[in-house]
Amino acid sequence: MKQILRTTIVRAALLSAALLVTGLTALTLVPESRAGSTTPAAAEAVSSRDVAATGRPAFTGAEGLTVQEAAPIPKDVTDDRRRQRNYPEQPPVIPHSVAGYQLDLNANKCLTCHSREFTGDSQAPMVSVTHFQDRDGQVLGAVSPRRYFCMQCHVPQTDAQPRVQNTFKDMDSVVRQGQGQGQAPGTPAAGGGNN
Amino acid sequence: MRLLRCALGLAKAAWTAFNRPAAHLGIGFLTIGGFVAGVIWWGGFNTVLEATNKEAFCIGCHEMRDNPYADLQKTIHYSNRSGVRATCPDCHVPHKWTDKIARKMQASKEVWGKLFGTVDTPEKFEAKRKELAGHEWARLKANNSLECRNCHSAESMDITRQGARGAAAHQEFLFTGKATCIDCHKGIAHKLPDMTGVPVWTQTAPAH
Repeated sequence: MKQILRTTIVRAALLSAALLVTGLTALTLVPESRAGSTTPAAAEAVSSRDVAATGRPAFTGAEGLTVQEAAPIPKDVTDDRRRQRNYPEQPPVIPHSVAGYQLDLNANKCLTCHSREFTGDSQAPMVSVTHFQDRDGQVLGAVSPRRYFCMQCHVPQTDAQPRVQNTFKDMDSVVRQGQGQGQAPGTPAAGGGNN
Repeated sequence: MRLLRCALGLAKAAWTAFNRPAAHLGIGFLTIGGFVAGVIWWGGFNTVLEATNKEAFCIGCHEMRDNPYADLQKTIHYSNRSGVRATCPDCHVPHKWTDKIARKMQASKEVWGKLFGTVDTPEKFEAKRKELAGHEWARLKANNSLECRNCHSAESMDITRQGARGAAAHQEFLFTGKATCIDCHKGIAHKLPDMTGVPVWTQTAPAH
């Protein structure tokens, strides 16, 4: 009995010693292997991002085509400031974030602030009464189904820069120009480019 | 009859064995053994309870995976700039033990629903959406949006970092206690049901 006990203890001691040695070896080996592998990889990553220098080919593999880095995603305009409209019929644009707004048959997030009954609390502009008319001109008690999906016409804005400069001139500046007191020809009107 | 008598006999034998003082086992074995068995049982119970409190368990059923979980994946509670994610139990299971057990007992109804296929198609789920959402709104309204406040607290909310409209609304309604989170923030992690007749929301599209 004693013999068996002693051998068991010896075996357990040997096993734990072996485990300790393995663990220590692993610990000392890991940083070395990491250090060895990361340095060249990191250097490679930096250089491959530099598209102009490496001339990395596009996915087509065709000669001369290189990958162009994507422009940063434009930021939403969220300053709550009303924008001047470029013409009287222009739907006003949305100066706040509409991320995650549910707008379907079940729910209309926009109307929780802009519907007549909630504008007192929200201080948001009320949906125009033109939106209460059906297509026969009959005024309904609430927003007409054909005007229900707000973002068909009203859209949020971003700070994205247009690829082509907008030369739109609003009616008033065209009229003033005709009367000889307007802006110099070719100058884009202030506010042009919205929507 | 024979079977009944057999079962009765077994039950009687079990009761006798249960009721009779131990003849061969020492009191030490029984107390220490009982204690150890208790620890194992209690640990096992809580381990299983925790296992049922995992997102993986919740979306183990296709009903949950294809409907509420699919909704969640499109929202800020699933993916955001700081990389914090709310999983199902963070919002739907209370953290305090007694409340948790009460909620779990309530949730046994969901097992029934699973067995009888109450919401086993997207159409059935859609038809039940308002009722199911209503349960959660009522629960969060009753506990003052406790599960929201496990992460979001009014004290640590810096309204100068919020949009002007949000800051104004929080000052007016949240800080004064006029409203609780769920009053305004319905549908922040799942799609909304038909909101006709729900306060704060209006269904202004007239019937066709």
